[in-house]
Amino acid sequence: MARITASVYTSHVPAIGAAMDLGKTHEPYWQPLFKGYDFSKQWMKDNKPDVIFLVYNDHATAFSLDLIPTFAIGTAAQYQPADEGWGPRPVPVVQGHPALASHIAQSVIQQDFDLTIVNKMDVDHGLTVPLSLMCGELDPVRDAWPCPVIPFAVNVVQYPVPSGQRCFALGQAIRKAVESYDEDLNVHIWGTGGMSHQLQGARAGLINREWDNAWLDQLIDDPAACARTPHIDYVREAGSEGIELVMWLIARGAMADVAGGAKPRLAHRFYHVPASNTAVGHAILENV
Amino acid sequence: MALEKPYLDIPGTIIFDAEQSRKGYWLNQFCMSLMKAENRERFKANERAYLDEWPMSEEQKQAVLARDLNWCMRTGGNIYFLAKIGATDGKSFQQMAGSMTGMTEEEYRHMMINGGRSVQGNRYLGEDGDAQPNRQPQGAASRKA
Repeated sequence: MARITASVYTSHVPAIGAAMDLGKTHEPYWQPLFKGYDFSKQWMKDNKPDVIFLVYNDHATAFSLDLIPTFAIGTAAQYQPADEGWGPRPVPVVQGHPALASHIAQSVIQQDFDLTIVNKMDVDHGLTVPLSLMCGELDPVRDAWPCPVIPFAVNVVQYPVPSGQRCFALGQAIRKAVESYDEDLNVHIWGTGGMSHQLQGARAGLINREWDNAWLDQLIDDPAACARTPHIDYVREAGSEGIELVMWLIARGAMADVAGGAKPRLAHRFYHVPASNTAVGHAILENV
Repeated sequence: MALEKPYLDIPGTIIFDAEQSRKGYWLNQFCMSLMKAENRERFKANERAYLDEWPMSEEQKQAVLARDLNWCMRTGGNIYFLAKIGATDGKSFQQMAGSMTGMTEEEYRHMMINGGRSVQGNRYLGEDGDAQPNRQPQGAASRKA
């Protein structure tokens, strides 16, 4: 049987990808940020998954205003890194896992979540920056990501985005779906985006270190309460783009303790300001 | 019955909701077209002519030509779409975000390195934070104004 063994939470700031692609990670501006992921890169090697279920948001890349799915699951065999206007990131093509993805899609829809199924899309920095942070720099041709990835895109661009409650419940449905898959697979679920940031208007550059860390404390220790955080709190306290944090609740909802199992082990936690406009948060939880 | 919009009392912030999305549909779709290299070239060669190919309002076209991202947002633009204009101009997200505050690039970068903008006084309209309407533009520009 497939099982979720760990969840990873991280911001997915595009400038982090650019810093890695342009070889700037040792510059004084970036050094403290990448130091926070040294542990994580080693952890990825020591705890290599068979599949990563990666929750992220598309930033007007694969989805324009033509089509705005609230929850979209990628069931394709592969995904090209997108050209977001600066040219595609020089990273390996993302290999999918069509069999497990299709299984999860069917199971989760049968649990009353109306997913959109996507068989063709490019993936933007929302998906590739977390992979780069956790796996390090890889050559786009010679190297490959360590395992297949199932992209799961959440609309956080056009308001209203799904509520924290909905995301938390969806995570629980994903966990059931994974555990009903016969093949013995070690699956990680990642929640990405956040933490506090606002990219627009006179309030651009907002960072709320206290709120971010209190929210992360609660995500780890009392996720059901964390899931009840209303939209307006994210926007007011963590900035208009800080609302991306609801995606972390999907990953958290898929952990064993939410279904009555043991509390997960906090393997790593990190917080840094700034990366470009954004507060970077990161945590790794392991099912024990 | 009116939709619930609890976010209208936050200073310096436009939430891209269904109404803004309808208003900004063609502006944002124009931005999307800049994802293709040949469209970026055509836009750069003659901005006005390229904009005239789109059923955008005259105000939206003026806002794009002026590269006034706050104005673009008021007319329905969304930052992730507007970022394609910035990419066409060779600008980073930090330069784009900073441009909306009135601060110089250097001032904005400095604010971020020092921990970013405080939420104090910036949660509700009518407080006294630096994002309040009566305190714009920010940085050196405020002393010139």
